Amino acid sequence: MAEEYLVDIKNERLSFFTPAGEVKALNDVSIHLKEGEVLGIVGESGSGKSVTAYSLMGLTAHPGKLIGGTLQFNGHEIEEMGEKEMRKIRGKEISIIFQDPMTSLNPVYTIGNQITEVIRLHTDKDKKQAYARAKELLELVGINEPEKRLKQYPHELSGGMRQRVMIAIALACEPKLLIADEPTTALDVTIQAQILELMMELKDKLGMAIIMITHDLGVVASMCDRIAVMYAGRIVEYGTTDDIFYRPHHMYTKGLIRSIPRLDTKEHERLVPIEGTPVDLLNPPAGCPFAPRCEACMKICLREMPPVTQFDDVHYTQCWLNQKEAMEKGEANE
Amino acid sequence: MSDKFIEVEHLRQYFPAGGHGKHKKYIQAVDDVSFSINRGETLGLVGESGCGKTTTGRALLRLYQPTGGRFTYDGDVVFDVEKNQWAQMLPYRKKMQIVFQDPYASLDPRMTVGDIVGEAIDTHNLAANKQERYELIIDMLRKVGLNSEHANRYPHEFSGGQRQRVGIARALAVNPEFIVCDEPISALDVSIQAQVINMFEDLQEEMGLTYLFIAHDLSVVKHISDRIGVMYLGRMVELADSYELTTHPVHPYTKSLISAIPIADPKIARTSKRIVLEGDVPSPLNPPSGCRFRTRCPYATEQCAREVPEFREISPGHYAACHNLDKVQ
Repeated sequence: MAEEYLVDIKNERLSFFTPAGEVKALNDVSIHLKEGEVLGIVGESGSGKSVTAYSLMGLTAHPGKLIGGTLQFNGHEIEEMGEKEMRKIRGKEISIIFQDPMTSLNPVYTIGNQITEVIRLHTDKDKKQAYARAKELLELVGINEPEKRLKQYPHELSGGMRQRVMIAIALACEPKLLIADEPTTALDVTIQAQILELMMELKDKLGMAIIMITHDLGVVASMCDRIAVMYAGRIVEYGTTDDIFYRPHHMYTKGLIRSIPRLDTKEHERLVPIEGTPVDLLNPPAGCPFAPRCEACMKICLREMPPVTQFDDVHYTQCWLNQKEAMEKGEANE
Repeated sequence: MSDKFIEVEHLRQYFPAGGHGKHKKYIQAVDDVSFSINRGETLGLVGESGCGKTTTGRALLRLYQPTGGRFTYDGDVVFDVEKNQWAQMLPYRKKMQIVFQDPYASLDPRMTVGDIVGEAIDTHNLAANKQERYELIIDMLRKVGLNSEHANRYPHEFSGGQRQRVGIARALAVNPEFIVCDEPISALDVSIQAQVINMFEDLQEEMGLTYLFIAHDLSVVKHISDRIGVMYLGRMVELADSYELTTHPVHPYTKSLISAIPIADPKIARTSKRIVLEGDVPSPLNPPSGCRFRTRCPYATEQCAREVPEFREISPGHYAACHNLDKVQ
């Protein structure tokens, strides 16, 4: 039922009206998320994964405009809320960690200043209490000597530390939903492991839901309950983590999984790449956006957008081939 | 010793970082790194940012002035800092080339793709006339999966994957034998990465190339390399056959590096245990004494702070630098 969901995005359509023409960034994107769940959104650059998450926070950048669909979050109708109302829930009920910790902290304010700002804005704690809370938060995200760090400026901290500070700011008011936009892409592998471990630990401790945006299938495999695979502004496949990795149906998902080199094979296996280049969103193909690169492309794929093929309650794809297979199966049963 | 195609001994590369006289400070980007590569082989170099892998590649091509060490190419000395021996680089520039990391920054936006590829042909006078030059350029573009139409276009008209192909065509234009690939795929999308990796493999087979493949992504390096060297803070900590290194790492840093890689298989990912390293990489301005990994190493002892561990052969072809190899689990 709809009211059970913490996040309920239905048929969201969003376009950027650029001088060169309309760029359809999102087409009929639907996402549901319950409390405490972790959803992974994977896709290439330009597939619309960040735009989806940003629109949920009301952070769509200028030429972008929501042109259809409904976005519900924790009882709020996001698409009808004004900037003033949005500000009340941003940072309090819903927060975000950005990709690049080097540029997302303000260089002229101390760490303490930036953490207490959120606390003072959303709670009635006074300066002293907010400061104490900030110290607590730094301890929570595993930063040693929090007293000292609160007085330091961002440039005095390493990349991993800054990302921890970003997480501390995001968690300051114990939000219900945390959006993590490629939180570890700018970090080294050993630091990435630290941050991912920390996020999972905090999720268990505080019970928030997470939307994890990434292009790294390895990251979603270990963290997420559900995965949405996006391509050219559409969710082409959606399912549980096991569905996506062990029972993928869409050719793009299959291609993605096949094209990653594995660590545990002795024989030298040749990679199977997805041929072609990502779509030009200014001039998208008429039918399925993946059709020009798809090895199983049929005539209808080039003309019409495929409908949703539902495999079970959760797992679905948008693909003509799956539709055809499902129809044949259905007929055989009858 | 001339059976080794590329041989690097005790390479050091320091960069001055302020201070005067005896207070002059240096960033020790690469310190005492030795390795060799056989003809037609691929050696992978992995490590985190700031470990000196890129600097190593660039120092070999003399894009920097090395501070110490010796580099022989097919038996001929390219540089030997101790003996103050420096070879003329122009003939070597024809034999050694580099593919850079960022295809957006490494191509001149004001030159057509044809001219970018053709520049190297002009420098080395490889074409007798215009017609021959044009044919050479088209030939190179075809090799990397582009076609003759692309020669008259500018870099901004291409996608990231295509630009990287142009960067590779530029490197191949002089018909080199040895290519330093400096993170050639890390700026590309996942679905494009596999295309470019396959192309590197095909070109190697076709043209008999030798690669020094630098990347931070261990699974990619493992896929393409015959042997892998792991670097940490300017030093080589482990070097072995790529399968041996990924399945039986001995150095504590390599172990944690491998366990930190997120595996794209949920069942393995849920059960495998990560060895999470504490803290950050220390500054190369003031590296720890003795073993440079000791500040983050769970097995560090007093000896590690005193003595630099020797980079020694622990089993045939498998090298590691650690005092406590017998204690590491």
